[in-house]
Amino acid sequence: MSNVFPKWSNTLPLKLIVFLLILAAAVVSGVTYYATPKYTRVGYEPSQPVPYDHSFHVGELGLDCRYCHSKVEESGHANIPAASTCMSCHSMIKTDSDLLEPVRASYASGEPIQWVRVHETPDYVYFDHSVHVNRGISCVECHGRVDEMEVVRHDQPLSMGWCLDCHRHPEEALRPLDQITNLDWVHPGGEKGQIKDGLKFVEEWNINPPQSCSGCHR
Amino acid sequence: MRYVYLIFIVGVIGALAILGPRGAKSTRPPLEVFPDMDRMPRYDPQAESAFFSDGRTDRLPVEGAVARGTFYENEYLATGKNGEYFGKGFPIDVSNEAMARGEERYNIYCAVCHGAAGDGDSMTKKYGMLTVANLIDQRLVDYSDGQLYDVVKNGKGLMLGYADRLSVEDRWNVVLYVRALQRAANGSVDDLAPAIREELGL
Repeated sequence: MSNVFPKWSNTLPLKLIVFLLILAAAVVSGVTYYATPKYTRVGYEPSQPVPYDHSFHVGELGLDCRYCHSKVEESGHANIPAASTCMSCHSMIKTDSDLLEPVRASYASGEPIQWVRVHETPDYVYFDHSVHVNRGISCVECHGRVDEMEVVRHDQPLSMGWCLDCHRHPEEALRPLDQITNLDWVHPGGEKGQIKDGLKFVEEWNINPPQSCSGCHR
Repeated sequence: MRYVYLIFIVGVIGALAILGPRGAKSTRPPLEVFPDMDRMPRYDPQAESAFFSDGRTDRLPVEGAVARGTFYENEYLATGKNGEYFGKGFPIDVSNEAMARGEERYNIYCAVCHGAAGDGDSMTKKYGMLTVANLIDQRLVDYSDGQLYDVVKNGKGLMLGYADRLSVEDRWNVVLYVRALQRAANGSVDDLAPAIREELGL
């Protein structure tokens, strides 16, 4: 019986298996690298109807976060300010700026400005701002250096693993309550001082961040 | 087989080039890889509604409704007025806690324009804020407590009110702290305790 299959077909299965293994490795690494909020969310910086510059208002003028996001200490939701908050100053400053036209229109009509949401956890996550800022977690831990951002950028992945990192080691992030909105605060004692004081806060404030499912998913 | 690998490598390089590194700036809305139940048909605060005619999920209270915790029987506490006239005195407990809270709130909401010392020297003034009141001026020292409270709540002249951002108690705490600033700025050597005066050699 003559050769039905040519000779090169002897090594074909092996070559195919090697190629499929390499392909599988490429797909797995691709998914690991890309299919995570570290890729899909971090870096998101939509253009807003009014190009509000945090780096100027917070960094330069020294506005406290709570001047605008005034309910963050009482509410689970950190509110976007009303147009009247902008008008507290802009009824006097830059009153003829074209960029501020939507603010003036909103103030006059009562129709809200349609800001584009940057940070958005899935709906099955019950994140509460007030409980974090009232217990020593600064804005900067999740939102990054907003006081240096001209356009607000998604800075941290806000993934579940990322949340749990902090819930397992709260002492690395806890800080004195009067430094919550001071975004460039770092513990004067460096990393060691942070851990030492962090552990003290955990003890004093009875910090016990939930790690069970129902802590955040209810 | 060589060609298969070549196509594969070209494919990988192409994908890397298009997808880019992690954290790259982008204005495109984030991709949700497995969007199961990520967005539920529920209302979030300050979000958009397809149901209500004004397109918002936030509803205004029905006219005449009073939200829980916002009704104060004590008229002076809520308005700063006794009948027609601004009243004197503090309807809250005057304590170190109230003063500390007042200082904190003052530094968030007031210092931006009135300055940390209350003298009206602030960053926003440099950028063209007009007629910022000098809180330590005799004119405002002469204001009654109720009148100061009313300015915090409802604003005055070009200043808009802070009723939406300061609770009734916090407004009084701020008035208390403003009184302290006025006291500090307009004090004299005689106000110091004898021991401190001695220490300073006055």
